[in-house]
Amino acid sequence: MERLKLVLQYFQSNSESISNGICIVLALVSVKLYTSFDFNCPCIPQYNKLYALGVMFVPPLIFFFLGILVNRHTGVMMEECLRPIGKRSKNPAIVKYMFTAMMQRALLAPMVWILVTLLDGKIFICAFSMSVDPKHFSGILYSSTGMPNTTGLDLLKLMAKVPCKEDMIFRNSTFRKAVSRYVRCYSQAIGWSILLLLILLGALGRLIKPCFDDHATNLQTRYWSNYLDIEQKLFDETCVLHCRDFARKCVVQFFEGMREDTVLRLPLSPEVRYNREEDMVDQEEERLHGITKQEQMDQLLETWFKCKPELDITKMAYRPRVCVTWEDHNGKTIYSDV
Amino acid sequence: MDKFRMMFQFLQSNQESFMNGICGIMALASAQLYSAFEFSCPCIPEYNYSYGIGLLVVPPIWFFLLGFVLNNNVSMLAEEWKRPTGKRVKDPTVLRYMFVSITQRSLIAPMVWISVTLMDGKSFLCAFSVDLDIHQFGNSTLIEGMSEVEIITLLAKIPCKNIFDQPNVISREAASRYIKCISQAFGWFFLLLMTSAAFMIRAIRPCFTQAAFLKTKYWSHYIDIERKLFDETCKEHAKTFAKVCIQQYFESVSGEMRSLHKNRSSEDDSDNDDDDKKKGDKDKLLGIHAQDDMNKVLWNWHTCKPPLALRKEQPEGESREGLGPTGADSGPNGLANGHAHNDPKREWAVYYSKV
Repeated sequence: MERLKLVLQYFQSNSESISNGICIVLALVSVKLYTSFDFNCPCIPQYNKLYALGVMFVPPLIFFFLGILVNRHTGVMMEECLRPIGKRSKNPAIVKYMFTAMMQRALLAPMVWILVTLLDGKIFICAFSMSVDPKHFSGILYSSTGMPNTTGLDLLKLMAKVPCKEDMIFRNSTFRKAVSRYVRCYSQAIGWSILLLLILLGALGRLIKPCFDDHATNLQTRYWSNYLDIEQKLFDETCVLHCRDFARKCVVQFFEGMREDTVLRLPLSPEVRYNREEDMVDQEEERLHGITKQEQMDQLLETWFKCKPELDITKMAYRPRVCVTWEDHNGKTIYSDV
Repeated sequence: MDKFRMMFQFLQSNQESFMNGICGIMALASAQLYSAFEFSCPCIPEYNYSYGIGLLVVPPIWFFLLGFVLNNNVSMLAEEWKRPTGKRVKDPTVLRYMFVSITQRSLIAPMVWISVTLMDGKSFLCAFSVDLDIHQFGNSTLIEGMSEVEIITLLAKIPCKNIFDQPNVISREAASRYIKCISQAFGWFFLLLMTSAAFMIRAIRPCFTQAAFLKTKYWSHYIDIERKLFDETCKEHAKTFAKVCIQQYFESVSGEMRSLHKNRSSEDDSDNDDDDKKKGDKDKLLGIHAQDDMNKVLWNWHTCKPPLALRKEQPEGESREGLGPTGADSGPNGLANGHAHNDPKREWAVYYSKV
């Protein structure tokens, strides 16, 4: 129990680490999706580039949207951005801070997809095999082990078929392998360059930013954005707890509303002694809420569906306690709780 | 306060994460079902399309309905929709919110199935191989010599590697690659469409209806909790009702027995002394001490169950003297206002009113 409490407290206190965790999970999902996706180059001149670039850029867009969706801070930021000013002034720096943090996290998975695509090379080959100048490989093209141009296909169509290993034309062809290797090199070079660029940018940003930023303002902005996040969580929590209490009182009030009136006037007896309310109300009696007959219970269950009680528990919340007043036969009050 | 926080987190996370868990399990089941399912295209011109599209469309519908079945908020929605207005007005926005959130959760598994099917490409290939432009993939000279019917039959066989028998006429791999590409393109666009729709709903919605949204969220949650609490209260009440009913039944039978025994044997003051000493045991035995008495209790429980009307509990000090004759006199129908009729007993003067 203690350990569970600790874990929950850790997660509760550090919502940033949850966001980071989700971010990393999305990146891993992106890699897994790429490896399990069966990439199928059409090997047709008109469609190669379109298809390949589509597969390179549409999934990153999907991951970007997903990254923004699963981030809790999106809702907090939107609400803070759009709320009327009311009694609390708005600080645009906070919204900006939350926006940049959200963007940074959402951009990780798309970048991972693009980098994995480039480093693997399949998609690049599919898109740009037609742009390769076959003159570079003319030696192989016309040699005995290479691909003779006796098929009658024009060169473009031939180049378009390079990504497709299984095609009969290219069985055991060194020409195809050479072109693939060439394009893959290009792809990997671009991939590594982008990675290097990103890391450099990140490092520079980290190193240089403090020179330009006001650290004190930064601390304030971070504090207040964290505050907004926690405030919203607590509000939701309080709503749920309130909901529960409200429902409980409403149900109890409903039960008690169905019972018959019990108004008794009894003569004062010399043996009577004053009883506190707690003694009089038995545990069981309290749970019965005054419903003691089958007809009453039936009526209660039927009324629950046909005529739900109004949402007003003022009576219950401010219920007066049962007071005792003793009068003598002349009507003079001997004792009264009132 | 800490304990409340823990409880709240457990409740909240339990309720929501339970539904999310079901959602996730159904999505995984959907993907797993697809991979376990052995897709076998009929490769006959008349049936290809129905089979391919049927496999794309029918399981999502099934998953969608299953999502509704497994979601226990559906009955809550139906109840809230159908109830008479009574003293509590119905808020259509709350109903709409509940319906929308149920539908959103139910849509995830169908979406997963459709995406996986489109990405895999087999069902598209099966459905649309007949519509292929044969001149793009085929050997024109050989095609000229074939009749329409033969061409279509050949095209229909493209999805089936094993029975495709004319590789010279059409390049099967090129054709199937082409159709698979189209299928995958559709798949990615479908995913993009769904994700951007979800993005619009979740991220842009606060622009329009935030205050009203908080209200509807609170009241829909309230309805759920109120329903649960009502069931709980009913259960507690039933338990206590049953307990008191049985207790009174035993006491009524024992009261009879006791008066019976008193008539047969002489007055015995030691009864009262025993009661005082072994009060605990006596209470538990509820006045039944003999085999015959117990047999009578059990027999009557079936043949003549007590009415569902509890008598008001007598105060402890008075019950010993009064219960026996009172129990017998007042008969099977107990009195809600029991106090008022027991004149010979001394009573609390209770001024008890309901404001």
